[in-house]
Amino acid sequence: MPDQLLYAIEAGLNGLMAGVLYSLVALGFVLIFKASGIFNYAQGVLALFAALTLVGFQNGQIPFAHLINAVFGTDLHEFGWHLPAIVAIVLTGAVMVGLAIIIERYVLKHLVNQAPIILFMATIGMAYFLEGLGDIMWGADIKKLDVGLPQGINETIDTVTFNALGYGFFIDNLDIVASVVAALLVISLTIFSQYSKQGRALRAVADDHQAALSVGISLRFIWVLVWSIAGFVALVAGIMWGSKSGVQFSLSLIALKALPVLMLGGFTSIPGAIVGGLIIGMGEKLFEFFVGPMIGGATENWFAYALALLFLVFRPQGLFGEKIIERV
Amino acid sequence: MNQMNPDGYTTADGRKIGPVLMEMKNITLRFGGVKAITDISFDIREGEIRAIIGPNGAGKSSMLNVISGFYVPQEGEVWFKGHRRGPMRPYQVARLGIARTFQNIALFDGMSVLDNIMTGRLTLMKSGLFSQAMWWGRAEREETGHREKVEKIIDFLEIQSIRKTPVGRLPYGLKKRVELARALAAEPRLLLLDEPMAGMNVEEKEDMCRFILDVNDEFGTTIALIEHDMGVVMDLSDRVVVMDYGKKIGDGTPEEVRNNPDVINAYLGVSHD
Repeated sequence: MPDQLLYAIEAGLNGLMAGVLYSLVALGFVLIFKASGIFNYAQGVLALFAALTLVGFQNGQIPFAHLINAVFGTDLHEFGWHLPAIVAIVLTGAVMVGLAIIIERYVLKHLVNQAPIILFMATIGMAYFLEGLGDIMWGADIKKLDVGLPQGINETIDTVTFNALGYGFFIDNLDIVASVVAALLVISLTIFSQYSKQGRALRAVADDHQAALSVGISLRFIWVLVWSIAGFVALVAGIMWGSKSGVQFSLSLIALKALPVLMLGGFTSIPGAIVGGLIIGMGEKLFEFFVGPMIGGATENWFAYALALLFLVFRPQGLFGEKIIERV
Repeated sequence: MNQMNPDGYTTADGRKIGPVLMEMKNITLRFGGVKAITDISFDIREGEIRAIIGPNGAGKSSMLNVISGFYVPQEGEVWFKGHRRGPMRPYQVARLGIARTFQNIALFDGMSVLDNIMTGRLTLMKSGLFSQAMWWGRAEREETGHREKVEKIIDFLEIQSIRKTPVGRLPYGLKKRVELARALAAEPRLLLLDEPMAGMNVEEKEDMCRFILDVNDEFGTTIALIEHDMGVVMDLSDRVVVMDYGKKIGDGTPEEVRNNPDVINAYLGVSHD
């Protein structure tokens, strides 16, 4: 096989793996959009906040240390313990549920029956609030996140492909783990929404609020549930991104790559979020590989958005979105 | 008169009417300065078909929304099963065993007919989130039990052929029937129907009439319905409340109501039926 083709395949595979991370963030968007019609701008920041909190718990950081020191003139930084990854993850999960309850209680509850644009603005506000809160609580420095996931080149794939093709593919172990986790997440979410009592209630709320109330579904409970799940998905995304490139505030911007993913996959489809992420991930790597050198490179920054625009023209509901039919 | 007997009586066609199930006492509902309902009292007895009629804008739907918890009246008391009901959210009212349908149909358009009707049983499902994950078998058995009940309702309302159809694709008359099925699936103590015949053609109306009577007969469900089609109401109901401009102007058997001069003035006098 010609070298050029092999390199392309490798780039494509790596793109697929990167796409999984986009998918994970997009998944959080879809869950909330489906259940409440809210486009949650804060989803990326949720992932950042989850990752920050996780690192903070793991390293025994004292929350608000800077603030406390500045106010009381103390010099506190750490509790001096290191929590095992699994304990820190469970604690962070609890924090995300707490956050969901707070968001429902103090933001969403007061915005029932408001226009979608109002709710969207509220999530923009929440995004900046959470970003600031994360900063004050845990500090703005780039942190290393290590929850014990395998990292580095996968030797098996390297050896096998080298023996077979004469060229060893470089695939990161972390990307493989991320793919498996994403697959498990999607399967369990699908089972939950199709077969559980709460899942059915969730779909009902997504469809019609009034009808949902009339069959005895508590909207507030469902909202807390949805935001908790979105928080949990954000945690998973935060762990993967954080392990890959450190926990830093640019994470909330990377998360906006989920937007073109959603336009491609459709805002209301869980499989759409996954497939959209994979297409964008692979597409931008391959485009950079084939077309990039001809036009001076750095295509990865805009390729996803250009592709999304193209989709908006020809298939505005996305690949898997519900078809927009206006009945007259 | 046997209808005054607090423990109930038997109707001419042999159905058993029980004691009072729901009682509205001096209900007043305001929207800002507008009085939608003024000082209305009436009761609903177990097993009966109770109609609330009146011209457009009389406050019928508001009344139904008070019963189902969508509106909270400023004055008056709502009594259900012998207890006074405090202010409640609609979902809490639904969990008490009061199911309803809507005038302009509120179904889950994206779900199949079967799934729509299954949501009616949500309040009856016991397994929580955690136990469903832990004891899959038990949750599955429960699901099967609920499915059997739902299939019975589907047979009863003759909608077998559309079980798997997404509700959004159904014609109006069938949607109304699915909504009735979903309300029935909750096995309600009290079933509230908001204009069940509105917008239907004659054939669909006759079908719906038959279903309402059958539901009452077969399951013994207490039914309160709103309608402005007088003919239908008179044939269907045991007792009728007549409203006009938010006030109660008549209450009694169809025969009594028909001969009530206030009602004739306010309503029948201008009726085109």
